[in-house]
Amino acid sequence: MINFNIDGVEVRAEEGSTILEAARFYGLNIPTLCYHDELTPYGACRLCMVEVDDGRRTRLVASCLYPVKEGIKVRTQTERVIKGRKLILELLLARCPNSKTLQDLASRMRLEQIRFNMENEDCILCGLCVRMCAEQMGGGAIGFVGRGQNREVVTPFRMVSEICRNCGACMYICPIVDLQCRGVKSPGELCNSCLIMTPQCLEKYGQVMCTLKSCGVCVGKEEK
Amino acid sequence: MKTITTRQELEALRNSLLQQRDPNKPCVRVCVGTGCRARGGLDVLESFKDEIKKQGLEVRVDIRQTGCHGFCERGPVVVIGPKEIFYQTVKPRDVTEIVSKTLLNGEVVDRLLYVDPATDQKILCEHEVPFYKRQTRRILANNGRIDPANILDYISVGGYQALAKAITTMSCEEIIDTVEKSGIRGLGGGGFPTGRKWRLCREAHGDIKFVIGNGDEGDPGAFSDRSLMEGNPHSILEGMIIGAYAIGANQGYLYVRAEYPLALKHLQIAIDQAREYGFLGNSIFSSGFGFDIKINRGGGAFVCGESSALVASIEGRMGEPRAKYIHTVERGLWNKPTNLNNVKTWASVPLIINNGAEWYAKIGTKKSKGTAIFSLVGKVNNTGLVEVSMGTPLKRIIYDIGGGILGGRKFKAVQTGGPSGGCVPEELLDLPVDFERLTEVGSMMGSGGMIVMDQDTCMVDVARYFLDFLQYESCGKCVPCREGIKRMLEIITDITAGRGKEEDLELLQELAEMVKDFSLCALGKTAPNAVLSTLRYFRDEYEAHVRDKKCPGGICKDLIQYFILEDKCTGCGACLKLCPQKAIQGETKKLHTIDLAKCIRCGICRDACPFEAVMVR
Amino acid sequence: MDGAQNSVESIPEYSKVDAIIETYSYEKSALIAILQDIENLYNYLPAWALRYVSEKLSVPMIQVYGVASFYDAFHLTPRGKHLIRVCLGTACYLRGSARVLEAVERELGVKDGETTPDLEFSIQSVRCLGACALAPLMIIDERYFDKMAPTKVSRVLKQVQG
Repeated sequence: MINFNIDGVEVRAEEGSTILEAARFYGLNIPTLCYHDELTPYGACRLCMVEVDDGRRTRLVASCLYPVKEGIKVRTQTERVIKGRKLILELLLARCPNSKTLQDLASRMRLEQIRFNMENEDCILCGLCVRMCAEQMGGGAIGFVGRGQNREVVTPFRMVSEICRNCGACMYICPIVDLQCRGVKSPGELCNSCLIMTPQCLEKYGQVMCTLKSCGVCVGKEEK
Repeated sequence: MKTITTRQELEALRNSLLQQRDPNKPCVRVCVGTGCRARGGLDVLESFKDEIKKQGLEVRVDIRQTGCHGFCERGPVVVIGPKEIFYQTVKPRDVTEIVSKTLLNGEVVDRLLYVDPATDQKILCEHEVPFYKRQTRRILANNGRIDPANILDYISVGGYQALAKAITTMSCEEIIDTVEKSGIRGLGGGGFPTGRKWRLCREAHGDIKFVIGNGDEGDPGAFSDRSLMEGNPHSILEGMIIGAYAIGANQGYLYVRAEYPLALKHLQIAIDQAREYGFLGNSIFSSGFGFDIKINRGGGAFVCGESSALVASIEGRMGEPRAKYIHTVERGLWNKPTNLNNVKTWASVPLIINNGAEWYAKIGTKKSKGTAIFSLVGKVNNTGLVEVSMGTPLKRIIYDIGGGILGGRKFKAVQTGGPSGGCVPEELLDLPVDFERLTEVGSMMGSGGMIVMDQDTCMVDVARYFLDFLQYESCGKCVPCREGIKRMLEIITDITAGRGKEEDLELLQELAEMVKDFSLCALGKTAPNAVLSTLRYFRDEYEAHVRDKKCPGGICKDLIQYFILEDKCTGCGACLKLCPQKAIQGETKKLHTIDLAKCIRCGICRDACPFEAVMVR
Repeated sequence: MDGAQNSVESIPEYSKVDAIIETYSYEKSALIAILQDIENLYNYLPAWALRYVSEKLSVPMIQVYGVASFYDAFHLTPRGKHLIRVCLGTACYLRGSARVLEAVERELGVKDGETTPDLEFSIQSVRCLGACALAPLMIIDERYFDKMAPTKVSRVLKQVQG
C-alpha cells in the first residue's frame, strides 16, 4: 500500500492505482469528462488535473493517469487548478453549448460567462465512444481521424461501417449526446437553472432530479 | 572491404589511409548539401570532374564532394586544399578559371573570395572567414571536410576510434559515468542531462531495450540536424552504437523527416557501409555485442518530434503523444525501455569518449556544458549554422559571427527555440545563451533555431504566425491545446485585423497561462511562449493594434496603406503593369497613384519599383 | 470527398501493393512506410489500396484510415501532375513567402491544399524544408526555386509547364 496525502488528508491506496481512483474511493470529487472506470484512462479533457508535490517539485498532472507514489502531496482545489478547470469548461461550452452535462458542470463550477465565439458542435472528442467500442464491445468500428482542428470520430471513409453491430454503446457512454439542454438564448448565456435553485423539476417531481439522467424537464420536453 | 574486428585493425586501416593521402596534394572540396545543391552544387562538382579529366589532372588533384559547411547563404561553396582557399557562390562557368589559376598556378580567383562586410576585406582561407573563425566547431568540425558517402573519409579523420575504445576498454558503467561527468544535455531542445537518461534506461527492467536517434527537426528555420545527417552521418551512428552498448540495447532506430531526402540517402549509405566494416552487426569488435539500426521516415507531422509521438509513429500509429508520468526510458517503444536522443547529442558522444569528460565540460556555463549549434537565419548578413560554446552572448552570435543586421537596419528581436520558443528584445542582447538563461527570459534553447528580426517586423504578427503553425500541427487530442490555441489564434487574428478589444490582452494572457499548465505534451505546453514573450516585451505593439488600430511594423494588411512617394516616382509604370488588381493609375513619366479601395496590399508594386518609391504606412 | 467512388479513382493494382508490403516483410509497424511508398506510386492514397493494406497486414481499417488522415505526406484525393510546395517556414515567411503563396493561388485560381481542375497543379504549403538561406523557397516537383518573389511566379509556372 502507498501512503500519501490529498488535500491535507493522509490516505492509502494500492500500488498501481491512480490519484483519481484513490480520490474517488475516498469520496473526493474531481471532475472528469473523458474518464470512465471501465475503460482505459485517456487524459485528454484535462479537467481532472491536480497539483502534485513529489518532494522535488510541484507540478500539474492528470489524476486519471498519474500513479500514486509514496509521500506525494496532492491538492485538488488550488486557485490555479480551479481557474484552469473553469477555462477548459468555458472552451468546451463555446464548442458544444447545448450539452446538459457541460452546462451542469459549469453551474457547479460557477462559470459565469463564455467569452469566445460560439459554435454548435455535438462532440468534445473525449474518445469515450471509441474506447467503448474497442475495449468493451470488441468492435473497433469508429476511431479518431484527422489532426488538430480536423480531428473527428468517424468510420473509415465515412461510410456505413461493416463491423458496427448497432449495439448503441457509443451513444450510451457519450457525455454530450445526452439530453439536450434548453439551449442558450443569446451568445454566451448560460442556463444556470440548477445554480439559482429554481429548477422546474421541483414543481413537477417534488425533488431535484438533475442527479438522475432521466429528468429532461429543463429541456422542456412535452409530457406524453 | 574487410570487416574490422579489433582495435588494432582499425588503427592499421587508418594509418594506411593516411599514408595514401598526401596532405599537401591539392584537393577540391565541393559542397553538395541541400543548400548548395539547390543552387547548382552538383553541376559545379560535375564541371570540376570534367575539367580535371580534360586537363589530365586526375592523379595530381583530388576531388571530393562534401556535406553542408553551414554557410548556405554563400553557396555553392568550394574549398581548395591544402591552403583551404574559400570560394563562394561558385558557378559551373567559374570552374575552368579555378582549375587553371588556383590548381595549376597557385593563384587566387579574387572575385570568388568572401568579403567581410565589416571591413570590406577579402578573406582567403575558410578558417579565417569571421563566420567560421569565431565559432567553436566540435560537432560540425568535419562537415565540409569529408565525403559523407565514404566511410573511409570518416575513418581517416579518426572515425570509429571512440567506438573501439569504448567497447574494448571501457565497461558500460564507465561509459555512462563519462557521459554524465561531461555534463552534456539533450540538444534536441529538452536539455535533459544525457548521462542521467542513459543511466535510467540501463537500470530499467527488461532485457529488450531500444535506442532512437531523433532527426525529425520540425522547427521552421532550423537545419542543423539536416546538415549533420547529410554531412557527417557516421558520427551519429557511432554515438548510437556506443550508447546502445552502454545501455544494453540491441536495436536502434533513426527517425528522419521525409522532407530531408539527402539526409535519408546518406544515412542509409552510412549504415550499409558500417555493416560492411563490422561496426554494426552481430559481434562488434569481437565483443559479442550485437546492434543494428533501421531508418524510419517521418510521415510529416511536427508533433512527431516529441518523443512519445515519435514512438507512436515508429509503431505505425497516429502521432499522438501520451502523458509521460512513466518515462520513455522505462516504457517506450513497444513498452520497452527506450533511450531517445537528438542526432546532435548522439554525434557528441564519440567526441566525449575520445577527448574525455573534462575536455567537453571545460567550455560552457555552470549548468550547460559544451557547445550548442544555432541555425542563424532571418535579417542577418551571414545566414548559416553557428556552433559556439554555451554561454556565448547573443550579441556575439548575431553581430560578430552573423555579421549584423541585413541592409544595415535596426535589430528588433531574436526568436529562439522554434515555435516553442519566445522572442528576446534588444535590451537582452548581452544574454549568454544556455538552457537556463533562455528559459528564464521566456524563450528556450529548443532545436537551435535563431531567427533575427528587424524594425520591419510586426511582433503581433510573429506571435500569430507561430500560433497558426502550432494549431495546424497540434494532434488535437487534448482540450487546452486544441481549443486553447484555436481561441488564442482567433483573438490575435482579430487584433491584427483591427478588431481587437481592450479585454483581449487579458484574455490572451489567461488562455496562454492555462494552455501552458494544462496541456498534455510539450507542444501544447510551450505553444503559448510566443504570445507570452511578445506580450511581455512588446506590449506596446499589441496596444497600438488594439487602441490605435495601427501596425508599427508595417505588416498587418488591414492596418497599413501602400502609397507612392511623389519625389521618387519617375512614372516608369513598372508597378502599374504588375498590379493584379489594376489598382494603380498614372500616365507615363508622371506620378502614379494607388487606389486604396482596390489595393489588396500584396506588395508586388513595392518589389517591382526600381526607385524605392512605393512605401507603407 | 470519400464515400463515393471518384471518377478519377485509379484502377486497383493489387500486385504492386503486394510487392511493397513484401519489402517490409508484412510488418504491421511498417504501415507508415508502406503508405509512403503507395503515395509515391499514385501521388495519393486510393481507397482500394488502403483497404487492401488493412486486409493484408491485418491492421484494423480504422487504424489505417486514421494514419492516412494524420500525416502531411498522405492525401486521400488525387493530385496534380506538378506539385508546388511553397515554404512558409519562419525564415521564408519573414522574407515574404506568404505573398508568394498568394501569387501562386491567384495565378492558378485554386487555394493552398487544392488541385487545379485540369489536374495539372497542386498547391501545398510546407513548413520548412531546411534550406533557409534560399528563402523564400518554392519547390516544384524536384526543382528548387530560391529567392522567390510574387513577380517571379508567373514565369516559373510557365517554365515548369512548357
